[in-house]
Amino acid sequence: MAEFLQLLFAGLTVGAVYALVALGFTLIFQASEVVNFAQGEFVMLGGMVTVFAFKAGVPLPLAALLAVLVAVAVGLSLHRFAIEPAKGATVVTLIIVTIGASIFIRGIAQIVFDKQFHALPAFSGDEPLRLLGAAILPQSLWVLGGAALVVVGLRLFMERTLFGAAVRATAANRLAAELVGIDTRRVLAFAFGVSAAIGALGGILVTPVTLTSYAVGTLLALKGFAAAMLGGIGNPVGAVLGGVLLGLLESFAAGWISSTYKDAVAFVVILLVLFALPQGLLGRRAIERV
Amino acid sequence: MNRRRLATGVASAILLCAALPLSAAEPIKIGSFLSVTGPASFLGDPEKRTLELYVQKINAAGGVLGRKLELVIYDDGGDPSAARTFATRLVESDKVVAVVGGTTTATSMAAIPVFEEAQIPFISLAGGIEIVEPVKPFTFKTPHTDKMACEKIFTDIKKRGLAKVGLISSTAGFGASMRTQCLKVAPAHGIEIVADERYAPGDTDTTPQLNKIKASGAQAIVNADFGQGPAIVTRNVRQLGLDLPLYQSHGVASKSFIDLAGPAAEGVRLPAAAMLVAEQLPDHDPQKKVVLEYKQTYESTQRQPVSTFGGHAYDGLMLLVQAIQRAGSTDGVKIRDALRATKGFIGTGGVVNMSATDHMGLDLSAFRMLEIRGGDWKLLY
Repeated sequence: MAEFLQLLFAGLTVGAVYALVALGFTLIFQASEVVNFAQGEFVMLGGMVTVFAFKAGVPLPLAALLAVLVAVAVGLSLHRFAIEPAKGATVVTLIIVTIGASIFIRGIAQIVFDKQFHALPAFSGDEPLRLLGAAILPQSLWVLGGAALVVVGLRLFMERTLFGAAVRATAANRLAAELVGIDTRRVLAFAFGVSAAIGALGGILVTPVTLTSYAVGTLLALKGFAAAMLGGIGNPVGAVLGGVLLGLLESFAAGWISSTYKDAVAFVVILLVLFALPQGLLGRRAIERV
Repeated sequence: MNRRRLATGVASAILLCAALPLSAAEPIKIGSFLSVTGPASFLGDPEKRTLELYVQKINAAGGVLGRKLELVIYDDGGDPSAARTFATRLVESDKVVAVVGGTTTATSMAAIPVFEEAQIPFISLAGGIEIVEPVKPFTFKTPHTDKMACEKIFTDIKKRGLAKVGLISSTAGFGASMRTQCLKVAPAHGIEIVADERYAPGDTDTTPQLNKIKASGAQAIVNADFGQGPAIVTRNVRQLGLDLPLYQSHGVASKSFIDLAGPAAEGVRLPAAAMLVAEQLPDHDPQKKVVLEYKQTYESTQRQPVSTFGGHAYDGLMLLVQAIQRAGSTDGVKIRDALRATKGFIGTGGVVNMSATDHMGLDLSAFRMLEIRGGDWKLLY
């Protein structure tokens, strides 16, 4: 039981971060059908900006806020200066633009910050909580709670506000949305901004547990993308489900099967799921109307 | 190159050959390829700084054999195929007399055939034992090997009266290589490996693996990796409340490990070079003077804390310079012979005694056993 709980919490914590990255993918994908491979860099920026601001003497909450603002600014500039000018290009071209942007952001981060790994102090201490024999870091609860808040908040925003409705309309049918007077350009800019904020928040919450460096974004983007595919890309609930599932798969594979092949086990399961359900667990069946 | 320049070049070359004393003005070219950027940049960066700093100092003091040193450095970014390309460039276009470089085992191994074929002495700065075992005629290395780290750790575990070890290693180069060496030398030291767990580079949680080690009845944990992995393992061990002695490798021998692992690092033991505890060395220690001097020079000019990795570059450069002086020549074979004859060289990594069968020249005494206490290194023995 203790072992099961330990693996469960390890998987949930890692999975929550994958879920946040996958959620970022989903938002932008919904608004533009672009898979934004710079998503991992927002997580990196969240962690790194907080670390450096905190080291410079800024109180932790302010440093975190600053990090979110920086990430949002980078997200908006990514849209304004890289995606927007390429309007009309094919989706594949836009995806390649985001890959280029991710390399660019990483390169800049390497110069502005440094190449070392950094840690942040845990928000409520390092003393693990004992639960039925399992040891859980308080920071894991922060990560889980933060991720849950983001998911619920985003859901409420989408369902209850006019702008949220505009975003959903754009996702459903861009042309029709434009016809009824929705500024889809603003919707897309919004998607980039919010994705960046979500990514940065994930980076801030998780840095005390996992450490951060200028290069952490690449792997996270990959895992987050896999999670989004598993859940069904374009579906926010699917993204969260996919992220958590991927985290749990990795954790239980390492604990029960083989730590050497844990990534392989996780990806084999994803492949099997996609063979059976090519749209992912909760993906809509794409219908091409001719 | 235009025709006139070529003519001048040829003419001066003829002149130089004809009148040997004139060649005194020509600098001795020393090549290097380092991983200054990329994942191994925390190793390559201090190595580059060290080489540049000391070549400048040597030149200011009059150079070697009355000639200045000229350093040619390329950044391979940690990519073995780039390393091989730069190795070829060093040999064919730069025409260097010897090479000090190769930040990682992978980049070193990729470049070795180039230097062996050109008969150019190569002093590698990487840890892997396969660089010098089997011995290759022109290849040397300065850092300790992972095999020595395993032996030093196992000796210490035995001293504590323990025998069952849980091994946890990264699947990447250094961790994988040290894991193999530890598994190999364990029986000879009376150590039983009761768990052999692994994690991928970039993994952010190792509690599942540590849980298995906990269940295996291990009496001590050995972690083979460098970079952020060991900090995560150390934190996870503390998180799980595992009350077992934890050993890290020399791969974590920099202050940043203590910063990253935080209070969890307390009580962790590791084998490391004397550099980390320069001030704590007893005065009669032969390495004390060399290590302190390097540390002060580096820290006062670079304004960043010294690391053992820069020390490897210092050792490599000094070994080479002394060999060139003893050989009295820049001929590859003569330098190689002089390098092989190195005896009692005191570097930052230890006392080096090379031979035709040992192209590293360090023994277990080169490693000190340290423990982390109060957020700092404490020399045990």
